[in-house]
Amino acid sequence: MAFIDYYQILGITKTATEKEVKNAYRKLARKYHPDLNPNDAEANKKFQQLNEANEVLSDPEKRKKYDKYGENWERGEEYEKYTQQQQNSRQSTYGGGQSSGFEGFGGDDFSDFFQSMFGQGGGSARGRQTKYRGQDLNAELHLDLKEAAETHKQALTVNGKNIRITIPAGVENGQTIKIAGHGAAGANGGPAGDLFIKFIIADDPHFKRDGSNLFTTVKLDIYTAVLGGEVMIETLNGKVKIKVKPETQNGTKVKLKGKGLPVYKKENEFGDLYVTYDIQIPVNITEKQKKLFEQLKDES
Amino acid sequence: MTNLIATTEICTYHNVTYTFISSLNEAGLLELEEINHTTYITESELQKLEKMIRMHQELEINIAGIEAITHLLQKVEQMQEELRVLKNRLRN
Repeated sequence: MAFIDYYQILGITKTATEKEVKNAYRKLARKYHPDLNPNDAEANKKFQQLNEANEVLSDPEKRKKYDKYGENWERGEEYEKYTQQQQNSRQSTYGGGQSSGFEGFGGDDFSDFFQSMFGQGGGSARGRQTKYRGQDLNAELHLDLKEAAETHKQALTVNGKNIRITIPAGVENGQTIKIAGHGAAGANGGPAGDLFIKFIIADDPHFKRDGSNLFTTVKLDIYTAVLGGEVMIETLNGKVKIKVKPETQNGTKVKLKGKGLPVYKKENEFGDLYVTYDIQIPVNITEKQKKLFEQLKDES
Repeated sequence: MTNLIATTEICTYHNVTYTFISSLNEAGLLELEEINHTTYITESELQKLEKMIRMHQELEINIAGIEAITHLLQKVEQMQEELRVLKNRLRN
Protein backbone atom coordinates (compact mmCIF):
# COMPACT_ATOMS: atom_id res chain seq x y z
CA MET A 1 0.00 0.00 0.00
CA ALA A 2 1.70 3.18 -1.15
CA PHE A 3 1.86 6.27 0.99
CA ILE A 4 -0.12 9.14 -0.50
CA ASP A 5 1.13 12.65 0.04
CA TYR A 6 -2.10 14.59 0.49
CA TYR A 7 -0.21 17.87 0.84
CA GLN A 8 1.41 17.32 -2.53
CA ILE A 9 -1.94 16.46 -4.11
CA LEU A 10 -3.36 19.80 -2.96
CA GLY A 11 -0.07 21.61 -3.72
CA ILE A 12 0.30 23.00 -0.20
CA THR A 13 2.89 22.84 2.57
CA LYS A 14 2.49 21.01 5.87
CA THR A 15 2.03 24.32 7.61
CA ALA A 16 -0.97 25.30 5.51
CA THR A 17 -3.88 26.72 7.48
CA GLU A 18 -7.42 25.35 7.25
CA LYS A 19 -8.30 28.26 4.96
CA GLU A 20 -5.35 27.50 2.69
CA VAL A 21 -6.40 23.85 2.50
CA LYS A 22 -9.91 24.91 1.55
CA ASN A 23 -8.68 27.38 -1.06
CA ALA A 24 -6.29 24.87 -2.61
CA TYR A 25 -9.06 22.28 -2.77
CA ARG A 26 -11.54 24.71 -4.33
CA LYS A 27 -9.01 25.85 -6.91
CA LEU A 28 -8.12 22.32 -8.01
CA ALA A 29 -11.71 21.04 -7.75
CA ARG A 30 -12.71 23.72 -10.25
CA LYS A 31 -10.10 22.35 -12.59
CA TYR A 32 -10.90 18.66 -12.26
CA HIS A 33 -14.60 18.57 -11.29
CA PRO A 34 -16.42 15.83 -13.31
CA ASP A 35 -19.07 18.31 -14.45
CA LEU A 36 -16.38 20.42 -16.06
CA ASN A 37 -14.52 17.44 -17.51
CA PRO A 38 -17.13 15.18 -19.08
CA ASN A 39 -15.80 11.83 -20.33
CA ASP A 40 -12.36 12.50 -18.90
CA ALA A 41 -11.35 9.50 -16.81
CA GLU A 42 -8.02 11.07 -15.86
CA ALA A 43 -9.71 14.21 -14.48
CA ASN A 44 -12.20 12.07 -12.57
CA LYS A 45 -9.38 10.12 -10.97
CA LYS A 46 -7.62 13.33 -10.04
CA PHE A 47 -10.82 14.73 -8.56
CA GLN A 48 -11.20 11.60 -6.45
CA GLN A 49 -7.67 12.10 -5.09
CA LEU A 50 -8.46 15.74 -4.33
CA ASN A 51 -11.54 14.77 -2.37
CA GLU A 52 -9.59 12.22 -0.42
CA ALA A 53 -6.84 14.73 0.37
CA ASN A 54 -9.41 17.36 1.33
CA GLU A 55 -11.32 14.91 3.49
CA VAL A 56 -8.20 14.26 5.55
CA LEU A 57 -6.57 17.68 5.64
CA SER A 58 -9.73 19.69 6.26
CA ASP A 59 -10.58 17.59 9.30
CA PRO A 60 -8.32 18.53 12.24
CA GLU A 61 -8.47 15.06 13.80
CA LYS A 62 -7.70 13.18 10.63
CA ARG A 63 -5.00 15.65 9.75
CA LYS A 64 -3.44 15.19 13.16
CA LYS A 65 -3.26 11.46 12.70
CA TYR A 66 -1.97 11.81 9.16
CA ASP A 67 0.70 14.29 10.29
CA LYS A 68 1.66 12.13 13.23
CA TYR A 69 2.31 8.95 11.35
CA GLY A 70 2.74 10.27 7.80
CA GLU A 71 5.01 8.07 5.74
CA ASN A 72 5.48 5.69 8.66
CA TRP A 73 1.78 5.25 9.13
CA GLU A 74 2.11 1.46 8.97
CA ARG A 75 4.43 1.42 11.97
CA GLY A 76 2.25 4.08 13.57
CA GLU A 77 -0.71 1.73 13.40
CA GLU A 78 1.34 -0.98 15.13
CA TYR A 79 2.36 1.46 17.82
CA GLU A 80 -1.22 2.55 18.24
CA LYS A 81 -2.41 -1.06 18.59
CA TYR A 82 0.26 -1.58 21.24
CA THR A 83 -0.85 1.44 23.26
CA GLN A 84 -4.46 0.36 22.91
CA GLN A 85 -3.58 -3.01 24.40
CA GLN A 86 -1.83 -1.25 27.23
CA GLN A 87 -4.77 0.99 27.96
CA ASN A 88 -7.73 -1.28 27.55
CA SER A 89 -10.10 1.00 29.30
CA ARG A 90 -9.41 3.88 26.98
CA GLN A 91 -11.29 4.00 23.69
CA SER A 92 -9.33 4.63 20.54
CA THR A 93 -9.36 8.16 19.27
CA TYR A 94 -9.04 6.94 15.72
CA GLY A 95 -11.56 4.12 15.72
CA GLY A 96 -11.98 4.00 11.98
CA GLY A 97 -15.14 2.32 10.84
CA GLN A 98 -16.92 2.71 14.16
CA SER A 99 -18.26 6.19 13.73
CA SER A 100 -21.24 6.85 11.53
CA GLY A 101 -22.12 9.52 9.04
CA PHE A 102 -19.26 9.87 6.65
CA GLU A 103 -19.30 7.62 3.65
CA GLY A 104 -16.52 9.20 1.70
CA PHE A 105 -16.71 10.26 -1.90
CA GLY A 106 -18.21 7.10 -3.24
CA GLY A 107 -17.00 5.04 -0.27
CA ASP A 108 -15.07 2.32 -2.02
CA ASP A 109 -13.51 4.91 -4.30
CA PHE A 110 -11.09 6.06 -1.61
CA SER A 111 -7.62 4.61 -1.75
CA ASP A 112 -6.52 1.62 0.31
CA PHE A 113 -4.21 4.02 2.11
CA PHE A 114 -7.13 6.20 3.19
CA GLN A 115 -9.25 3.25 4.28
CA SER A 116 -6.36 1.71 6.16
CA MET A 117 -5.79 4.92 8.10
CA PHE A 118 -9.32 6.11 8.62
CA GLY A 119 -11.42 3.01 8.03
CA GLN A 120 -14.22 2.58 5.51
CA GLY A 121 -16.53 4.63 7.67
CA GLY A 122 -13.97 7.36 8.00
CA GLY A 123 -15.12 8.52 11.40
CA SER A 124 -15.55 12.21 10.84
CA ALA A 125 -15.63 13.93 14.18
CA ARG A 126 -17.17 17.04 12.69
CA GLY A 127 -20.20 15.28 11.27
CA ARG A 128 -19.71 16.63 7.80
CA GLN A 129 -22.99 17.60 6.14
CA THR A 130 -21.96 18.52 2.61
CA LYS A 131 -23.76 16.43 0.01
CA TYR A 132 -21.44 15.14 -2.65
CA ARG A 133 -22.50 13.73 -5.94
CA GLY A 134 -20.93 10.35 -6.64
CA GLN A 135 -18.10 9.91 -9.12
CA ASP A 136 -18.91 9.51 -12.78
CA LEU A 137 -17.66 6.18 -13.99
CA ASN A 138 -16.27 5.41 -17.41
CA ALA A 139 -16.39 2.08 -19.16
CA GLU A 140 -15.53 0.84 -22.63
CA LEU A 141 -17.62 -1.58 -24.61
CA HIS A 142 -16.02 -3.35 -27.54
CA LEU A 143 -18.23 -4.28 -30.47
CA ASP A 144 -17.66 -5.54 -33.99
CA LEU A 145 -19.32 -3.90 -36.97
CA LYS A 146 -22.14 -6.47 -37.13
CA GLU A 147 -22.99 -5.88 -33.48
CA ALA A 148 -23.01 -2.12 -34.10
CA ALA A 149 -25.49 -2.68 -36.94
CA GLU A 150 -28.21 -4.15 -34.76
CA THR A 151 -30.09 -2.76 -31.77
CA HIS A 152 -29.43 -5.25 -29.02
CA LYS A 153 -29.30 -5.62 -25.28
CA GLN A 154 -26.11 -6.37 -23.44
CA ALA A 155 -25.39 -7.11 -19.80
CA LEU A 156 -22.41 -5.34 -18.27
CA THR A 157 -20.70 -5.49 -14.93
CA VAL A 158 -19.57 -2.05 -13.84
CA ASN A 159 -18.20 -1.34 -10.40
CA GLY A 160 -19.43 -4.72 -9.20
CA LYS A 161 -22.99 -4.06 -10.34
CA ASN A 162 -24.77 -5.80 -13.20
CA ILE A 163 -26.63 -3.55 -15.56
CA ARG A 164 -28.44 -4.29 -18.79
CA ILE A 165 -28.29 -1.71 -21.52
CA THR A 166 -29.80 -1.37 -24.94
CA ILE A 167 -27.26 -0.55 -27.59
CA PRO A 168 -28.94 1.32 -30.43
CA ALA A 169 -28.03 0.26 -33.97
CA GLY A 170 -25.61 2.56 -35.74
CA VAL A 171 -23.43 3.57 -32.79
CA GLU A 172 -20.11 4.99 -33.90
CA ASN A 173 -16.60 4.18 -32.83
CA GLY A 174 -15.68 6.45 -29.91
CA GLN A 175 -19.30 7.46 -29.26
CA THR A 176 -20.21 7.73 -25.60
CA ILE A 177 -23.61 7.20 -24.03
CA LYS A 178 -24.58 8.26 -20.56
CA ILE A 179 -26.48 6.01 -18.17
CA ALA A 180 -27.69 8.48 -15.55
CA GLY A 181 -27.38 7.48 -11.91
CA HIS A 182 -25.30 4.37 -12.52
CA GLY A 183 -22.01 5.89 -11.40
CA ALA A 184 -20.58 5.68 -7.89
CA ALA A 185 -22.93 6.35 -4.98
CA GLY A 186 -23.04 9.87 -3.60
CA ALA A 187 -21.91 10.85 -0.12
CA ASN A 188 -24.09 12.20 2.67
CA GLY A 189 -27.26 11.77 0.66
CA GLY A 190 -25.83 13.25 -2.53
CA PRO A 191 -26.97 11.80 -5.85
CA ALA A 192 -25.12 8.98 -7.58
CA GLY A 193 -22.83 9.86 -10.47
CA ASP A 194 -23.41 8.82 -14.05
CA LEU A 195 -21.95 5.97 -16.04
CA PHE A 196 -20.39 6.83 -19.38
CA ILE A 197 -20.00 3.96 -21.81
CA LYS A 198 -17.67 4.50 -24.73
CA PHE A 199 -18.09 2.22 -27.73
CA ILE A 200 -14.99 0.86 -29.37
CA ILE A 201 -15.82 -0.66 -32.72
CA ALA A 202 -13.18 -2.94 -34.16
CA ASP A 203 -11.96 -2.51 -37.71
CA ASP A 204 -13.77 -4.81 -40.09
CA PRO A 205 -11.79 -6.83 -42.65
CA HIS A 206 -14.41 -6.29 -45.38
CA PHE A 207 -15.86 -2.87 -44.79
CA LYS A 208 -14.65 0.62 -44.08
CA ARG A 209 -17.12 2.99 -42.51
CA ASP A 210 -17.95 6.68 -42.74
CA GLY A 211 -20.98 7.46 -40.62
CA SER A 212 -23.69 5.12 -41.81
CA ASN A 213 -22.11 4.50 -45.22
CA LEU A 214 -19.93 1.47 -45.84
CA PHE A 215 -17.19 1.01 -48.40
CA THR A 216 -15.81 -2.19 -49.83
CA THR A 217 -13.57 -3.27 -52.70
CA VAL A 218 -14.46 -6.21 -54.92
CA LYS A 219 -12.09 -8.02 -57.25
CA LEU A 220 -13.44 -8.29 -60.78
CA ASP A 221 -11.96 -10.47 -63.52
CA ILE A 222 -11.03 -8.71 -66.72
CA TYR A 223 -13.50 -10.68 -68.83
CA THR A 224 -16.54 -9.68 -66.75
CA ALA A 225 -15.24 -6.11 -66.70
CA VAL A 226 -14.98 -6.01 -70.51
CA LEU A 227 -18.02 -8.07 -71.45
CA GLY A 228 -20.27 -7.37 -68.48
CA GLY A 229 -21.93 -9.95 -66.28
CA GLU A 230 -22.67 -10.54 -62.64
CA VAL A 231 -20.68 -10.47 -59.44
CA MET A 232 -21.46 -11.57 -55.87
CA ILE A 233 -21.00 -8.85 -53.28
CA GLU A 234 -20.80 -9.43 -49.57
CA THR A 235 -22.98 -7.06 -47.55
CA LEU A 236 -23.61 -6.90 -43.81
CA ASN A 237 -26.79 -8.90 -44.33
CA GLY A 238 -25.37 -11.57 -46.60
CA LYS A 239 -24.36 -11.87 -50.24
CA VAL A 240 -26.12 -10.12 -53.08
CA LYS A 241 -25.68 -10.52 -56.82
CA ILE A 242 -25.25 -7.36 -58.87
CA LYS A 243 -24.96 -6.72 -62.57
CA VAL A 244 -21.70 -5.44 -64.01
CA LYS A 245 -21.97 -3.19 -67.04
CA PRO A 246 -19.84 -4.05 -70.08
CA GLU A 247 -16.58 -2.03 -70.36
CA THR A 248 -16.42 -1.35 -66.64
CA GLN A 249 -13.24 0.57 -65.80
CA ASN A 250 -10.89 -0.20 -62.92
CA GLY A 251 -11.83 1.81 -59.83
CA THR A 252 -15.45 2.21 -60.87
CA LYS A 253 -17.71 2.79 -57.87
CA VAL A 254 -21.26 1.55 -57.60
CA LYS A 255 -23.72 2.41 -54.86
CA LEU A 256 -25.96 -0.18 -53.25
CA LYS A 257 -28.66 1.95 -51.75
CA GLY A 258 -29.70 1.09 -48.22
CA LYS A 259 -27.06 -1.60 -47.80
CA GLY A 260 -24.99 0.40 -45.32
CA LEU A 261 -25.45 0.68 -41.57
CA PRO A 262 -28.66 1.80 -39.88
CA VAL A 263 -28.69 5.53 -39.16
CA TYR A 264 -28.27 6.06 -35.41
CA LYS A 265 -31.61 6.40 -33.65
CA LYS A 266 -33.51 6.73 -36.95
CA GLU A 267 -35.61 3.68 -37.49
CA ASN A 268 -35.75 2.29 -41.00
CA GLU A 269 -33.10 4.66 -42.33
CA PHE A 270 -29.95 3.12 -43.69
CA GLY A 271 -26.73 4.32 -45.23
CA ASP A 272 -25.41 3.01 -48.54
CA LEU A 273 -22.75 0.50 -49.49
CA TYR A 274 -20.19 1.77 -51.99
CA VAL A 275 -18.44 -0.93 -54.00
CA THR A 276 -15.19 -0.19 -55.81
CA TYR A 277 -14.14 -2.61 -58.55
CA ASP A 278 -10.55 -3.78 -58.56
CA ILE A 279 -10.02 -5.33 -61.96
CA GLN A 280 -7.61 -8.25 -61.97
CA ILE A 281 -5.14 -8.65 -64.81
CA PRO A 282 -4.66 -12.35 -65.59
CA VAL A 283 -1.31 -13.89 -64.68
CA ASN A 284 0.33 -17.16 -65.80
CA ILE A 285 -1.58 -17.02 -69.08
CA THR A 286 -1.33 -19.93 -71.49
CA GLU A 287 0.20 -19.66 -75.00
CA LYS A 288 -3.30 -19.79 -76.46
CA GLN A 289 -4.50 -16.92 -74.24
CA LYS A 290 -1.43 -14.93 -75.14
CA LYS A 291 -2.16 -15.36 -78.85
CA LEU A 292 -5.74 -14.30 -78.32
CA PHE A 293 -4.58 -11.15 -76.49
CA GLU A 294 -2.22 -10.43 -79.40
CA GLN A 295 -5.11 -10.79 -81.81
CA LEU A 296 -7.08 -8.36 -79.65
CA LYS A 297 -4.17 -5.95 -79.70
CA ASP A 298 -4.00 -6.10 -83.51
CA GLU A 299 -7.74 -5.47 -83.66
CA SER A 300 -7.58 -2.35 -81.51
CA MET B 1 -46.74 13.81 -21.27
CA THR B 2 -43.90 15.93 -19.90
CA ASN B 3 -43.23 15.72 -16.18
CA LEU B 4 -43.12 19.15 -14.57
CA ILE B 5 -41.53 19.93 -11.25
CA ALA B 6 -42.36 23.11 -9.36
CA THR B 7 -39.30 25.33 -8.90
CA THR B 8 -40.28 25.89 -5.27
CA GLU B 9 -39.73 22.17 -4.61
CA ILE B 10 -36.32 22.31 -6.23
CA CYS B 11 -35.37 25.36 -4.18
CA THR B 12 -36.24 23.50 -0.98
CA TYR B 13 -34.59 20.24 -1.98
CA HIS B 14 -31.34 21.75 -3.24
CA ASN B 15 -31.27 24.71 -0.90
CA VAL B 16 -31.07 27.33 -3.64
CA THR B 17 -32.94 30.58 -4.04
CA TYR B 18 -35.55 31.20 -6.71
CA THR B 19 -33.43 34.16 -7.86
CA PHE B 20 -30.64 31.74 -8.71
CA ILE B 21 -32.97 29.67 -10.91
CA SER B 22 -34.58 32.69 -12.57
CA SER B 23 -31.13 34.19 -13.24
CA LEU B 24 -30.15 31.02 -15.09
CA ASN B 25 -33.38 31.32 -17.03
CA GLU B 26 -32.67 34.97 -17.88
CA ALA B 27 -29.18 34.03 -19.03
CA GLY B 28 -30.76 31.56 -21.46
CA LEU B 29 -29.22 28.57 -19.71
CA LEU B 30 -32.45 27.05 -18.50
CA GLU B 31 -36.02 26.82 -19.73
CA LEU B 32 -38.87 27.33 -17.31
CA GLU B 33 -42.58 26.98 -17.84
CA GLU B 34 -45.22 29.10 -16.17
CA ILE B 35 -48.66 27.68 -15.52
CA ASN B 36 -51.19 29.56 -13.38
CA HIS B 37 -48.51 31.87 -11.93
CA THR B 38 -46.35 28.93 -10.83
CA THR B 39 -43.03 28.22 -12.50
CA TYR B 40 -42.09 24.68 -13.37
CA ILE B 41 -39.12 22.96 -14.85
CA THR B 42 -39.25 19.95 -17.15
CA GLU B 43 -37.53 16.69 -16.25
CA SER B 44 -35.09 17.11 -19.13
CA GLU B 45 -34.05 20.57 -17.91
CA LEU B 46 -33.66 19.33 -14.34
CA GLN B 47 -30.41 17.53 -15.11
CA LYS B 48 -28.96 20.75 -16.56
CA LEU B 49 -30.09 22.69 -13.51
CA GLU B 50 -28.62 20.19 -11.05
CA LYS B 51 -25.29 20.37 -12.85
CA MET B 52 -25.34 24.18 -12.53
CA ILE B 53 -26.34 23.93 -8.86
CA ARG B 54 -23.30 21.69 -8.25
CA MET B 55 -21.05 24.21 -9.96
CA HIS B 56 -22.50 26.93 -7.77
CA GLN B 57 -22.47 25.08 -4.46
CA GLU B 58 -19.44 22.80 -4.73
CA LEU B 59 -17.18 25.11 -6.71
CA GLU B 60 -18.55 28.49 -5.67
CA ILE B 61 -19.00 29.64 -9.25
CA ASN B 62 -21.33 32.58 -9.80
CA ILE B 63 -23.97 32.92 -12.52
CA ALA B 64 -21.62 34.71 -14.94
CA GLY B 65 -19.05 31.96 -14.46
CA ILE B 66 -21.65 29.24 -14.99
CA GLU B 67 -22.75 30.97 -18.17
CA ALA B 68 -19.19 31.13 -19.51
CA ILE B 69 -18.46 27.53 -18.53
CA THR B 70 -21.66 26.22 -20.09
CA HIS B 71 -20.87 27.88 -23.41
CA LEU B 72 -17.30 26.63 -23.34
CA LEU B 73 -18.42 23.10 -22.47
CA GLN B 74 -20.81 23.15 -25.41
CA LYS B 75 -17.91 24.15 -27.65
CA VAL B 76 -15.70 21.42 -26.17
CA GLU B 77 -18.40 18.82 -26.77
CA GLN B 78 -18.81 19.98 -30.38
CA MET B 79 -15.06 19.82 -30.92
CA GLN B 80 -14.84 16.37 -29.32
CA GLU B 81 -17.56 15.18 -31.67
CA GLU B 82 -15.74 16.64 -34.69
CA LEU B 83 -12.51 15.05 -33.53
CA ARG B 84 -14.19 11.68 -33.16
CA VAL B 85 -15.66 11.86 -36.68
CA LEU B 86 -12.30 12.92 -38.14
CA LYS B 87 -10.45 10.14 -36.29
CA ASN B 88 -12.91 7.60 -37.67
CA ARG B 89 -12.35 8.95 -41.17
CA LEU B 90 -8.59 8.65 -40.75
CA ARG B 91 -9.00 4.98 -39.84
CA ASN B 92 -10.51 4.37 -43.31
